[in-house]
Amino acid sequence: MSATPGPPLWLLLELTYRCPLHCAFCYNPTDFARSGPELGTEDWLRVLGEARALGAVQLGLSGGEPLARDDLEIIVAEAHRLGFYINLITSGVGLNEARIAALKTAGLDHIQLSFQDSSQKMNDFLSSTRTFELKSKVAALIKKYDYPMVLNVVLHRLNIDHVEEILQMADGLGAEYVELANTQYYGWAWHNRGQLLPSRAQVERAEAATQRFRERAGRPMQIFFVVPDYFERRPKPCMNGLGSIFLSVTPDGTALPCHAARMLPGLEFPNVRDVDLRHVWYESTAFNHYRGDEWMKEPCRSCPEKARDFGGCRCQAYLMTGDAANADPVCDLSPHHHLVTEAVALADGVGAAGSVPVLEKPLVFRSPQNSGALFP
Amino acid sequence: MSPVAVDASSRPAIDRRFRLQWESAQNAHVLLYPEGMIKLNGSAGEIMKRCDGRTTVADITADLEKTFATSGLGADVVAFVAMALEKHWLLVQE
Repeated sequence: MSATPGPPLWLLLELTYRCPLHCAFCYNPTDFARSGPELGTEDWLRVLGEARALGAVQLGLSGGEPLARDDLEIIVAEAHRLGFYINLITSGVGLNEARIAALKTAGLDHIQLSFQDSSQKMNDFLSSTRTFELKSKVAALIKKYDYPMVLNVVLHRLNIDHVEEILQMADGLGAEYVELANTQYYGWAWHNRGQLLPSRAQVERAEAATQRFRERAGRPMQIFFVVPDYFERRPKPCMNGLGSIFLSVTPDGTALPCHAARMLPGLEFPNVRDVDLRHVWYESTAFNHYRGDEWMKEPCRSCPEKARDFGGCRCQAYLMTGDAANADPVCDLSPHHHLVTEAVALADGVGAAGSVPVLEKPLVFRSPQNSGALFP
Repeated sequence: MSPVAVDASSRPAIDRRFRLQWESAQNAHVLLYPEGMIKLNGSAGEIMKRCDGRTTVADITADLEKTFATSGLGADVVAFVAMALEKHWLLVQE
């Protein structure tokens, strides 16, 4: 590996896998139901202290649904005391006025609220719940309590044609930032990829609609269109390289260099119940393994672009090629790039040019029951 | 958007969408915002930390010149504040 890594500036705590939604595009592992018991309050407070001592400053509180934990306010208060900038990443379910006020007092800095679509029907179908009305009320509460609001909508073939309406909804709700996050295919999304991957024409229309909206927006609303990497020719610099700036902890205390990394074979990820974060970040084999470029194979190893994209995403390389050290097949220099273009060609063929998408098999929604059925 | 006018009498403050903080691990002031962070260089940090909404650009400049035993910083401070207003890091109350 290369020189001593910098600090883990970004800490993501997945406080629980419990979630009132059942989104078919969730990145959580499909085997979450067999995960160990959740960390207790004291464990999370200790993790916060250890991470802050290492230099972590951006904190994401996620899950599952972090509001499912009744000690969230305690965790936020301690994070605030330590000097973290605290982001709550939530479905909004469980965020009533009493809790939003308590979280403000505790020092929460901002709230990222997810919507599944601009329409009640599609929102509720995609999350397999009836939550659209509730989310709209939560958005109003977020404004009332003067939090900066990030609206996050995960895009895929079933809602990507509604981008314009989604942006109008975000504007109407008073969002400061909107993330149009094209689905990344891990976890449940990987399982449902055939039904979720949009066609190239859909992506191009969505990008054009986003650009039109930006040009005529009357109010400063930052719009991030997270590029769907299957339609690119070079991979994303995933996590800025594993073990570079990002550290996440799963509900059972497993420390990961990326929230999807648990799937990577052959690595023993340390648990924060057993070792402190300094050891995890600087000493553990799992965090050191993909630092530098020793692990790379061709075509990455001799590629002049390796310092820019770090070979792309290890999880995507593993999922699609069976070897996490291969180039991310999104790269058109990868000998496995055809796996990506074939998936896109399939998506282009199904429900092309604005017709209603064909669901050739049903979506499998994220739930403990489905997780148990997939991994008995 | 028209450029915001800055002069020696302006009283810039940190925009509420950002938080300015000293980070010893990075040996720098950083601006924190939803899902992002901007690491400021030394002079940017020294100017920003004096932007409290009460102190004028003239007084900020004088304080910097005194602290760093130098002179002639006025134009640089105005240029930085103008840039930071454009990026919404700072705001000036009318």
